[in-house]
Amino acid sequence: MGNVVEIRDLHVSARTDSGRTVEIIKGVDLNVGAGEMVALIGESGSGKTTIALTLLGHTRTGCSIRKGSVRVAGRDVVAMSGAERRRLRGRQVAYVPQSAAAAFNPSQTIMDQVVEVAKIHQLMPMEEARQKAIGLFRALALPDPETIGLRYPHQVSGGQLQRLAAAMALIADPEVMVFDEPTTALDVTTQIEVLRAFKSVMRERGMAGVYVSHDLAVVAQIADRIVVLKGGEVQEEGATEQIVTAPKHGYTRALIDAFHPRPHEAAATERPGPETPVLEVTNLTAGYGAIGRDGRPEYLALKDVSFRLERGRSLGVIGESGSGKSTLARAIAGLLPPAIGQIRMDGVELGRRTKDRSKEDLRKLQIVFQLADTALNPNRSVGAILSRPLTFYHGTRGRECEAEVDRLLDMVRLPKALKHRLPPELSGGQKQRVNFARALAARPELILCDEITSALDTVVAAAILDLLDELQRELGLTYVFVSHDLSTVEAVCDRVLVMYQGEKVEEMPTSRMKSGAEHPYSKLLIASVPQLDTGWLDGLDRERASPGAEAGR
Amino acid sequence: MNALIARLVAKRLGIMLISLLVVAFAVFFATELLPGDVAQILLGQAATPEAVAGLRKSMHLDQPAFLRFLYWLGGLLTGDLGRSYANNREVADLIAGRLANSLELAFVTTLFSVPIALTLGITAAMFRGSTYDRLVLVFTVSVISIPEFMVATLAVMIFAVYLKWLPALSVASDVEGLGELLRIYAMPVITLSFVVSAQMIRMTRAAVIDTLDTAYVEMALLKGASRRRIVLRHALPNALGPIVNAMALSLSYLLGGVIIVETIFNYPGVAKLMVDAVSTRDLPLIQSCAMIFCVSYLLLILIADLVAIMANPRLRNQ
Repeated sequence: MGNVVEIRDLHVSARTDSGRTVEIIKGVDLNVGAGEMVALIGESGSGKTTIALTLLGHTRTGCSIRKGSVRVAGRDVVAMSGAERRRLRGRQVAYVPQSAAAAFNPSQTIMDQVVEVAKIHQLMPMEEARQKAIGLFRALALPDPETIGLRYPHQVSGGQLQRLAAAMALIADPEVMVFDEPTTALDVTTQIEVLRAFKSVMRERGMAGVYVSHDLAVVAQIADRIVVLKGGEVQEEGATEQIVTAPKHGYTRALIDAFHPRPHEAAATERPGPETPVLEVTNLTAGYGAIGRDGRPEYLALKDVSFRLERGRSLGVIGESGSGKSTLARAIAGLLPPAIGQIRMDGVELGRRTKDRSKEDLRKLQIVFQLADTALNPNRSVGAILSRPLTFYHGTRGRECEAEVDRLLDMVRLPKALKHRLPPELSGGQKQRVNFARALAARPELILCDEITSALDTVVAAAILDLLDELQRELGLTYVFVSHDLSTVEAVCDRVLVMYQGEKVEEMPTSRMKSGAEHPYSKLLIASVPQLDTGWLDGLDRERASPGAEAGR
Repeated sequence: MNALIARLVAKRLGIMLISLLVVAFAVFFATELLPGDVAQILLGQAATPEAVAGLRKSMHLDQPAFLRFLYWLGGLLTGDLGRSYANNREVADLIAGRLANSLELAFVTTLFSVPIALTLGITAAMFRGSTYDRLVLVFTVSVISIPEFMVATLAVMIFAVYLKWLPALSVASDVEGLGELLRIYAMPVITLSFVVSAQMIRMTRAAVIDTLDTAYVEMALLKGASRRRIVLRHALPNALGPIVNAMALSLSYLLGGVIIVETIFNYPGVAKLMVDAVSTRDLPLIQSCAMIFCVSYLLLILIADLVAIMANPRLRNQ
């Protein structure tokens, strides 16, 4: 059988803001056979999305195809005119975007957007297109297939939107589907449903597809073949089974190693006596909206949560989006004053708001946010960012401060020369290290880490987690580690607290997480984490995962 | 959906009333601060102190300012704008004719400038970075920087003095036929359009460019939509909110801010009436004009907000 997609010697160049031209794709060859699903994996900046978009004859602003050919169904997209490309898009090659929530136009109904391809290319009467869309909604296991199209995008959940985006792509029966990280923005419990829907639809229709992802475990479930990219070049290519079990290239091995975190060992082996815990949270209730007569806010984000955390330990807080895990961190930090409940640090009760807390209390408890990009002032140098908390908490100035900044950079394994740079000049991993060093500058006892590795590539995130582990050992730090990613929690935490709809459903030692979870929701959550095993998704008990669709709303 | 909008409108109207009250207070006491004594000015320098005192009493000028403010406010609420100090005519009558003139000019200018501004703004956004886009930008910046009296004077010099195509004065009273109407309105409308459309063009361009950079616009492109469809069906509806707000701000200028244009073309509008009133210290007239400008401004903003809400399904049906 011939190839549906043939990319030969593709070169894509991009123009930087300073007007220089850089090559971002450096001679890539790629084949996709009929009915085959090929995954492109790699870290951000590896060019995987750029390659996928060339199948539609599209390059993002500033980029252009410099050389090579992209043949789809025998015709070269690169040589096509604008009008020919428009005819190709949506009809022969269809695209499923990374964030369906952003890719749906907020001011049109879902149905209008799903059938738009049929309308643009005048493929069928509108009524027929609508019926076909309803059929697709049904095939993708969407609730209320008859009426869901009448809603606006903000009225359905993220997981549903992602499947609706697939329906939008399938409406014209394209020959090739391009999936661009379609499950990255979803919770693990929802991800399963979406993956399963994609897989069954693709298999049923025998369509060829390109699946872009950075998540090897997800790709292992859905792809026949994997192409590993780095720096715009193909590093390794092979059948899924071979890449997952017997990777040849160093980079692929690093990816797979990052997936198997070293299990965390408790810092202190012998248990100290009945010491007062560093952090003790009792009956914490917090939320948004008007405060009712019973002292509870109108919308509760956190209901009656209690836990204790001993010195030198780390507690992982897991749950899906909306479970209240970030709210918990914000309430402890005093950013969202709790309505009810106490927070004690070293046995002393903390004020509800940051302004009610003493400077010393503030110093002892630091928070590190998810997005270093927004947490670091882009116009201040790394040195200035780090010296501010030093001066504020410890009054360190001048030469002494310089030396302390050097020491902090050294602690987070960054070169000293970096202190003269601005955050936008750093890589994602470096920025997150600076973000963490800023918290360390206060010499805290407790650090709240809110999803600090979620925005990072697997390999980079693994390095950050190693660093956290080392620093904990060296400095005796205590962490509260909020994450939706169970494997990161496994890598750094002693205990895990599972949150669901604002409540703590279970707390257990990390070592028991896989086997000893008792609450049905924790079981579901833990079972939903994709495994690096090609048969994992197919082998999952369907019934056990189906409440995930409910939970994902 | 309708209940929500009704509640929103009611809330906005409430806020409008409060702002009007604040403005009324500010306007009244600001005019109080104007130097000079009305009775003295009206009667002239030869007037006897008795006559001045008598006039002051009959005009309630001897009473405390706050009490007079309450009288005036009560009058406003019952539709009585008071009597002009200068010629003792009803303020309402004085304003009525002038307001009609001003509204007429504003209406014609809106009809003329809004479509042009929208077209230029949208097309500039569509061809961002092109020579056309640069030309539009340079044009709008220069129009914003050139004061309107300059534009108006130049227009008069060129079209009325040298070319003699158009009348230098715009008196709308003796209009015969459409051609005459166009000739009379041409210069003030062109001048005003220059002033109001520059800002509209820039805001439209910026709003459309913002939406053109979104993921849903890229999605539309990848569905094979034409540029025209992308802009008109996907980008524009989502850019409507900021665009109508920019328009409301620009258009509100057409009532209160056109004094220079009205003076140069000797056009009998409200702005000119108000400036004349200031020179004669005709307080009731000044106050009423100020209130009219304020009401029209608030109404325009309200309409803009309503359009923005109607265009956004997230706000429209919750």
